[in-house]
Amino acid sequence: MIKFMLTIIHRDLLLLVRQPSEILNPLVFFLLVIALFPLGISPEATLLSKTAAGMIWVAAMLATLLSLELLFKLDHDDGSLEQLLLAPYPSWSLVLAKVFVHWLVSGLPLILISPVIASMLFLPSQAVPVLMLSLLLGTPTLSLLGAIGAALVTGVRGGGILLTLLILPLYVPVLIFGTSSVVAAAQGLAVSGHMALLGAMLVLALMVAPWAAGSALKL
Amino acid sequence: MTQSIWRMPRWFHQMGSPKWFYDIAGRLQPWFALATAVLLIWGSVWGLAFAPADYQQGNSFRIMYVHVPAAILAQSVFLGMAVAGAVGIVWKMKVAFMVARSCIGMGASFTLIALITGAIWGKPTWGAYWVWDARLTSTLVLLFLYAGVMALNQAISERQVAGKASAILAIVGTINIPIIKYSVEWWNTLHQTSTFTLTAKPSMPADMYLPLLLMVLGCYCLFALVVMMRTRTQILETQSGSVWLMQHMDIQGAK
Repeated sequence: MIKFMLTIIHRDLLLLVRQPSEILNPLVFFLLVIALFPLGISPEATLLSKTAAGMIWVAAMLATLLSLELLFKLDHDDGSLEQLLLAPYPSWSLVLAKVFVHWLVSGLPLILISPVIASMLFLPSQAVPVLMLSLLLGTPTLSLLGAIGAALVTGVRGGGILLTLLILPLYVPVLIFGTSSVVAAAQGLAVSGHMALLGAMLVLALMVAPWAAGSALKL
Repeated sequence: MTQSIWRMPRWFHQMGSPKWFYDIAGRLQPWFALATAVLLIWGSVWGLAFAPADYQQGNSFRIMYVHVPAAILAQSVFLGMAVAGAVGIVWKMKVAFMVARSCIGMGASFTLIALITGAIWGKPTWGAYWVWDARLTSTLVLLFLYAGVMALNQAISERQVAGKASAILAIVGTINIPIIKYSVEWWNTLHQTSTFTLTAKPSMPADMYLPLLLMVLGCYCLFALVVMMRTRTQILETQSGSVWLMQHMDIQGAK
């Protein structure tokens, strides 16, 4: 089964490397959304530093959702998804492998670029490591929960907007704890509680989401 | 041996058959209609006309008799929908998916009623139609969850697939509801300490809470009644042309 998952990961990464725009588009989208906030609200440093955590988290969610739409769609359209589900391995292992690749190309770049964004938005420097850590714990949860929605809307017409409708309400707790941990760090407060809760949500999502997405794919 | 422990009673499986559900629900319906009418009329007349006015809020508190039952139903209908969906997935019962489908509209309506009456009540008591209070926010998210299930149900044309897909979403949503509730409460206490809350609740006299209890029970009966009616309609839609239904309708027609 490990070998099966590694094969899927290798295959998906290879497909993405040959189509690099799919990796870059969510990242560019993320930067664009971030750039819109100061233009729309105010370029004032005091205001931006207060709202930076929320902006970064909301933009990260939207970027994740944007790339989630294609998680199963391409494989479904060319028929390979059906063959993969026929393989003698549990469907959750397929979901887990695909989610891992999705996080690798959508979550990880956001984490790596977040210090740059943070300084552009005047986030206090002591909050930057916490921001990165919260994204590290939070973005896999976003990918996992999103996989449920992506699996449910696979093969449904107009799946993109539907996916957003299904998944954004489920993202509320991650947004709250992700943002509040950064805000707490900026104020010099302890963040271990927030991190523990983000970690707990990740564990719960790891338990529930691959099963739910796997059974949704089999419909 | 372990299997015998998990065996469900016979009526449970019988309820999974459209014919049985159609019959039993048809026989129960008039009683639920009667109970709904009696409870809702009794509760609302008592609550609106005879219950004593609140010493602080005057008569404006009477909207509670609509608001509180709607808010309670909004949450329990979602749970009921998820349970029905889980039953449908585990025991592969078509009727369970139909019941879950019948719940969506009712649940969304109750959530909307709770939000609207809450806003109307909030204006005279809090001075604002909307505050980002924990309970309000989590109810709003609940409305979005209903909207998601509803949209998914409508996007998939094949009933069986739509039922399973909505069931999975409802189950995941139900796991998430307590997490949303507590995270929103924490978020609220972190950012907004001055929000008006209902913490200083005066201990209500019996004349005030008994009508409320009647209204809550009446709303549950109304919900059960509407779910039975909607599920029966779905049975008629999907089973049209089946032998038992033809015979059943003949009996109905002969009466």
